[in-house]
Amino acid sequence: MLNGRDVIYCYDGSFDGLMSCVFESYLKKEIPSEIITGEQEQLTLSEVRYIETNIKRSERVMRGIKNKISDNALLFIKQAFLTFVPQRDMLILDFIRKGLKFGRKAEFMLTDDTVDALRKAVYHCTHEAHLLEGFIRFSDHGGFLSAVISPKNKVLPLIGDHFTDRLGGENFFIYDKTHRMAFVYIDHRGEIMENIDFELPPPDECEQSFRELWRDFYNAIEIPERRNPRCRMNNMPKRFWENMTEMERDNGNILLDLPQSDENDKID
Amino acid sequence: MELSEKLRILSDSAKYDAACTSSGVDRSGEGGIGNASVGGICHSFAGDGRCISLLKILMTNYCLFDCKYCVNRRSNDVPRARFSPDEIADLTIGFYRRNYIEGLFLSSGVIQSPDYTCEQIIETLSILRNKYNFRGYIHAKAIPGADPELINRLGTLADRISVNIELPSQKSLNALAPDKSKKSILLPMGHISGRIRENKYDIVKYRSAPKFAPAGQSTQMIIGATPDSDLQILRLSEAMYRNYTLKRVFYSAYVPVGDQKLLPPAGTKPPLLREHRLYQADWLLRFYGFRAEELLDEEHQNFDPMFDPKCNWALHHPECFPVEINTAEKEMLLRVPGIGVRSAQRIVIARRQAKLDYKDLKKLGVVLKRAIYFILCGGKRFDGLIVTEEGIMRQLMSESAASEREKQDFSNMQISFFDAGNMLPTMEDRVKCLTGEM
Repeated sequence: MLNGRDVIYCYDGSFDGLMSCVFESYLKKEIPSEIITGEQEQLTLSEVRYIETNIKRSERVMRGIKNKISDNALLFIKQAFLTFVPQRDMLILDFIRKGLKFGRKAEFMLTDDTVDALRKAVYHCTHEAHLLEGFIRFSDHGGFLSAVISPKNKVLPLIGDHFTDRLGGENFFIYDKTHRMAFVYIDHRGEIMENIDFELPPPDECEQSFRELWRDFYNAIEIPERRNPRCRMNNMPKRFWENMTEMERDNGNILLDLPQSDENDKID
Repeated sequence: MELSEKLRILSDSAKYDAACTSSGVDRSGEGGIGNASVGGICHSFAGDGRCISLLKILMTNYCLFDCKYCVNRRSNDVPRARFSPDEIADLTIGFYRRNYIEGLFLSSGVIQSPDYTCEQIIETLSILRNKYNFRGYIHAKAIPGADPELINRLGTLADRISVNIELPSQKSLNALAPDKSKKSILLPMGHISGRIRENKYDIVKYRSAPKFAPAGQSTQMIIGATPDSDLQILRLSEAMYRNYTLKRVFYSAYVPVGDQKLLPPAGTKPPLLREHRLYQADWLLRFYGFRAEELLDEEHQNFDPMFDPKCNWALHHPECFPVEINTAEKEMLLRVPGIGVRSAQRIVIARRQAKLDYKDLKKLGVVLKRAIYFILCGGKRFDGLIVTEEGIMRQLMSESAASEREKQDFSNMQISFFDAGNMLPTMEDRVKCLTGEM
């Protein structure tokens, strides 16, 4: 801290809120010891300062990032905000400070601890988004498509456009169970909604028959002589299985399939 | 017959085709259903660990041909079925909307004639593209022997076309695929690569020119059904990447399909490690700047099961090492075991900002365990590194590869698929090679 007092910033959890914290830090010439959101209860001896979300201040910070670092750096920061890396907000603040000091070079300082941690977190997030572009399963309920996912990162902003482009104007809904968020696309307009609850309705006859056809295909396409459960798990980690049609048995249970000790597993 | 029964039969008989990639073309939805993304998207992984990206089915598994290695051969007693073009289109759209798949991979046994079979495939794709305005990925098999005009039509509907070589030498083909010849396979491949090349100029001239197989051409070779050596296979792959500008060559470990005199008996395990080594070598050809002759030669015709091909090369070329991380050319970094395409890229970016040490390399994703024997950082070896032959071997040996080691005696039967004239790369080929374009 530049002014010698220990302070914790507390904000509303929005991206503009975090940018307002960055503004505050520059305004007061101080570095908070922590940045927390309203949801995190904290027992602490330090001063906790509530930072109002201020759109004007947030925009100023973003403009500064664009001008003094790069457009790409702002994108990087927005993606980093979707991740769950420990001390995420402090890392973002530190990255912005370094960026404003070193300019666009900061993006390429891959061996810097902050840049390294954020780069890995962003990779994890964009990779998870990429996996989900494949692993998401929609159900058709009278022409309305809906899907449930349980990602570790807040991937919805990263995958919404992909499905908007792909589904040719159909209405659809992707629910993120982990963060209780949803991407809703109705009548050619997409938006992200927060704090909602949703359960998939039971399938109708047509939907059920497509699910069964897909399971038939999934089972037939495997070459039994090459069975390799570990390889499957490496490529498609188990945490995704709960929302995938083909991994669900007809009784609704998830297919439990533990790796056997097979020589094929050992190939590296 | 019920749709589910047909689907079971016709996906079961398509499963030995290794290709299931959906990469190579970027296309937006533009109001139709579907798009394509250049990196490809895997939608699931089967119990054998292979990616499922496309609805991979045969139109029919009835077949006029009697290729010994093929489960659908005329003389094999298996249940047969046939989809109508409409059934395939409906199934594709139904699966696609639910995001089960990235598109369709359609192949077929040969019924009536190669032309008729090809026409049926074309009809299916037309329904998808024109009636449903489907803009997702389509991979179609070119039926050997079909009229070039039909192949041309197929290419305007599909993103990728493939013709499977299956067996890497004429002798093996004669023995196992009496209805196929080197010529009947290479003719359509040459035709397709010619059309793809012409199309590149057309598109430059007329922006609205229809695209011909924008995701290119691929092929597959069966591994372990015949005595062909890794060297033969890899040379053939290299020649095909060069002469036919193929996007991918797939390798498929042979799984015995019934007892056949000339083939490994039923119950023989598919040579998965060998297949894996060939894929590693294939990557080295395409992304790491290696040539086939650097990896194998007449004295070493098969890959070592103990070491991956890159390690093996490094161990035999001590004169090239150690490499100084802070100054070496990227091409040389790529040859260091433990450094991949991405980590090499990161090293090049990061070393412009700061001098790199071993701690930094770890952050950049270098596998130090392997790399330390081959590199210097700031002129220094890794602290406390003791170089003994045994130590190096232990660190570089692929885990458990040793147990897979099996000595096989391959008789030397070098039969080139390519005449000497064809082997000379054109100027265009050389440029492609230099720019590393896939």
